[in-house]
Amino acid sequence: MENLSNYLVISSILFSLGLFGVVTRRNGVAVLMGVELILNAANLNFLAFARFGGMNMSGHVYALFVIVLAAAEAAVALAIIINIFNNFNTINIDDVSEMKQ
Amino acid sequence: MADITFWFISALTIISAFFVVSSKSLLYSAYSLLVTFLGITALYVFLWADFLAVVQVVVYVGGILVLIIFGIMLTNKISSVNISHTSVQKGVGAVVVLGFLGALGYVMISTPWIQLPNSEPLETTRSIGRLLMIDYLLPFEAASFLLLGALIGATTLSRKDD
Repeated sequence: MENLSNYLVISSILFSLGLFGVVTRRNGVAVLMGVELILNAANLNFLAFARFGGMNMSGHVYALFVIVLAAAEAAVALAIIINIFNNFNTINIDDVSEMKQ
Repeated sequence: MADITFWFISALTIISAFFVVSSKSLLYSAYSLLVTFLGITALYVFLWADFLAVVQVVVYVGGILVLIIFGIMLTNKISSVNISHTSVQKGVGAVVVLGFLGALGYVMISTPWIQLPNSEPLETTRSIGRLLMIDYLLPFEAASFLLLGALIGATTLSRKDD
């Protein structure tokens, strides 16, 4: 736990799992979960580098901004998904290929 | 003791993250996402980021996860039991992502990272506040505009037009 590489490897694994979710899932909400995993992995990296770079607080501030962006992204993405559901009656993103029905 | 806790939490985080992307039921995915978020919070505590850990719990577990569960409930008929979802092209995706993970892990492990000597854990809230109000004032204000825009945009998007 006193080693930078441990955290980097954990965040790489989390990032890859999130990427796997984004590319293989068909449900819009599940894709959103993959994106959240990716953002969390990035945050873990920021904080690990901050901690092992002599407690550099800029990393913490960047992580805070990432959390803000994640919250805004989740709200807008869910609004879009609910709109898609109202218009197409499905949230399978493979079926949603028309701009206008 | 701390080492054992660290590895236990890391394993819990990764296993639940794997469950998030592989579970058949969307609700189970959402609940294991909860465990993942809490595990990441514990890792933040190991990294001495106390303020960020609290923010993570409040925003992710209290906000985003509830929003996601709302999304699941609103986009499936409540009466239907079938809140499930499937994956496409798991094999190809797994191969590509494993290759990517290999490359990423190789870079992460083989790079000789410069580690500064360990300092003492210090309270982070004061310095984060100072940085936000002095060095990062413009991004801070931009973030508030972004949140306002997202708020209005999400409300407008999800409103029924009549």
